[in-house]
Amino acid sequence: MTTQATGGGDFVSNLGRIYKIYTLSFLGFVVVLGVLEQLGLPPAWIGYAFVALTIGVYAAIGIITRTAEVSEYYVAGRKVPAMYNGMATAADWMSAASFIGMAGSLYLLGYNGLAFILGWTGGFVLVATLIAPFLRKFGAYTIPDFFAFRYGGKFARGLAIMVLMSCSFTYVVAQIVGTGLIGARLLNMDYVVAVYVGLVGILACSMLGGMRAVTWTQVAQYIVLIIAYLIPVVILSAQKYGIPIPQLTYGDVLSQIAAKEALLRAAGDVVVPAVGYINPTFGNPALSGAALWVEYVNYFGLILCLMVGTASLPHVLMRFFTTPSVREARKSVGWSLLFIFILYFTAPAYAAFAKMEVYNNVVGQNLTALFTADNLSWIRSYGRVGLIQICGVDATTLEAVRTACARVMQHTGDVASFNPVIQLRHFGIQADAIVISTPEIAGLPYVIAGLVAAGGLAAALSTADGLLLAMANALSHDVYYKMIDQNASTEKRLVVARVLLIVVAIAAAYVASFRPADIVAMVAWAFSLAAAGFFPALILGVWWKKATTQGAIWGLLAGFGITLYYLAATRYFAPAFYETWKGLSIATTAQLQAYEAAKAAYAAAATPANWAVLDRTAQVVANWWGVRGISSGVFGLPLGFLVIIVVSKFTKEPSQEMQNFIDEIRRPRGGVVMQEKESGAISH
Amino acid sequence: MSQNKPDDRVQKPDDAGYWKATQKLTFTAVGIWAFFSFFIHFFAPALNGISIPILKFPLGYYMAAQGSLIVFVVLIFWFCNKQEQIDRDFGVDED
Repeated sequence: MTTQATGGGDFVSNLGRIYKIYTLSFLGFVVVLGVLEQLGLPPAWIGYAFVALTIGVYAAIGIITRTAEVSEYYVAGRKVPAMYNGMATAADWMSAASFIGMAGSLYLLGYNGLAFILGWTGGFVLVATLIAPFLRKFGAYTIPDFFAFRYGGKFARGLAIMVLMSCSFTYVVAQIVGTGLIGARLLNMDYVVAVYVGLVGILACSMLGGMRAVTWTQVAQYIVLIIAYLIPVVILSAQKYGIPIPQLTYGDVLSQIAAKEALLRAAGDVVVPAVGYINPTFGNPALSGAALWVEYVNYFGLILCLMVGTASLPHVLMRFFTTPSVREARKSVGWSLLFIFILYFTAPAYAAFAKMEVYNNVVGQNLTALFTADNLSWIRSYGRVGLIQICGVDATTLEAVRTACARVMQHTGDVASFNPVIQLRHFGIQADAIVISTPEIAGLPYVIAGLVAAGGLAAALSTADGLLLAMANALSHDVYYKMIDQNASTEKRLVVARVLLIVVAIAAAYVASFRPADIVAMVAWAFSLAAAGFFPALILGVWWKKATTQGAIWGLLAGFGITLYYLAATRYFAPAFYETWKGLSIATTAQLQAYEAAKAAYAAAATPANWAVLDRTAQVVANWWGVRGISSGVFGLPLGFLVIIVVSKFTKEPSQEMQNFIDEIRRPRGGVVMQEKESGAISH
Repeated sequence: MSQNKPDDRVQKPDDAGYWKATQKLTFTAVGIWAFFSFFIHFFAPALNGISIPILKFPLGYYMAAQGSLIVFVVLIFWFCNKQEQIDRDFGVDED
């Protein structure tokens, strides 16, 4: 056995020193690369150096912390101190979308984008107060463990595994797509090559050491991602406002944006969102009745689904199994949120600075200037990779854009000498471009862009690791060990766990290699599905002794089922959904007319083109009370609670023994409730 | 590590008292959470009319972008301290 018990002890007691040295070495490495760049090292090499070094370090940590003990593999031996578990959870939680995409969503959506900022932070209050301490006391290895124990056996375990897999697989695919896109856009790697480099990075971290290795690599990944996220925007803030605290200086920028929007509107340009950057769409005075309701329900519904989804996602909850005590489990939720907060309260600054840059230096420029000015080189750089559009086409070459603008602006004269002034409505920027382009907007050397790439990679890899482990553990611990072979030896269980981890990882990378746009869109589903499937049964399992097995099973099926039905039917079977639920749909007259016209056209000629139009127009009108798919948990969540409560009332209440167990879960003192029989079992 | 309190009492009433105190604290925390997650943002349009001195943030935007987040972080640490106090008071804290 390659037990690392002594090594583990040394490692944990020296954590502070180890990560301090690691952080300083990383900063030193960035400085050295910066110097080498000034001496003429080509950018491509800098990019590769970042990828090779960071993935190399993660892999090294993964190998050093390998383990042959079951409890080390599944819950890191339950000895991760609160603060470090907080860092690991933060890296686990913040995905490629948080790192690369969130600032861009804020740029595009204005105030409404803040639903993501609120939704992805507030959920941790629910984790700390309602869930984490009790799951830690219970002493599970996985979330399905809790379901099996509390709700009597294999069927509940099976349902929990189904919910876990359905909200984790699309999510992990999206992370691997993220590594591919970061490699392709920032490091000029081939997309598929970058996907498989990412796969190697993920497996190197998690395969040998399971949760223990993932924990310590996630801490390392958090350090890289937070440094990479802060540096560009801190420098930009110092350059433009003299104060290197972007989180404070962007307040002034918001006021300027609002003033500038008023000028743009007066000049007849189209401001997006129409209500203004700092205002919610539900604050639009032009709206009333159903249209206003739609804005309210979707903004607040999204916040609710994201928060409750956060408090239900298995790869996040399982991190709180790893702390030494219930007290530390609670505290580590606080640390988690603090570390997440550092990134999330910075994201709006990125968005505001980018908005200001576009308003001040892009809008009102003539086209030739956009392609020649030194301070606008970022438009060329990111136009080339399809992240910036002018007059509706990718800003690749001046000629291509000129032709498109001549068409859009209905210019009739000579196209070759056409040099229009670019208005806001002609300029399009993809969400992903905001964070990526900031180093170049600030005129920083390429080494900073490489650093951002390393940060994005760290965010994607750390989340992918957590998700893979959650899935592989559910398959190896819950399916194989608990449902198939209860007598499997420790060695055999760990071999099975590792094989399944590799299988799931390769399957995810294989799906990711096709760049599945649908899968990336489905990530948003994970929150509503987890919220509706897990949350009611988890909460009532601890907080209501009378919740019965029947109640939980029906509640889970009803909540999860209705959410999945709504998500899938409104997206893939929109015409049928609309025809079934016509009476509940909220849509404008224009949207309904478009749908009816498309329906008539398809009835006249059933061509694929007509079907595409029918499907697209139907997706707009296919809804219940105007709720968008991303907020569909607003149906499943209350239904799940309702069904559990009603069915529990009509079934035999849980045994006294079970009620005593629940009492024990509620009390921090004493050993874990669920006892494991193997040598790695924890006792107090 | 036994303390006096739980030993010279019957276990049941003590459990009930502990759980009652825990529930009260938890519902308070969840109430504060709900206020800063939802309630306050209903007034974002009106709050945007107020500008934070010096920093010049519109207050409605600020509350969703930073204010509520700071409340969440502080709330969790506050909750932890209060809960630990309750654990100690009822003698169910960990060794």
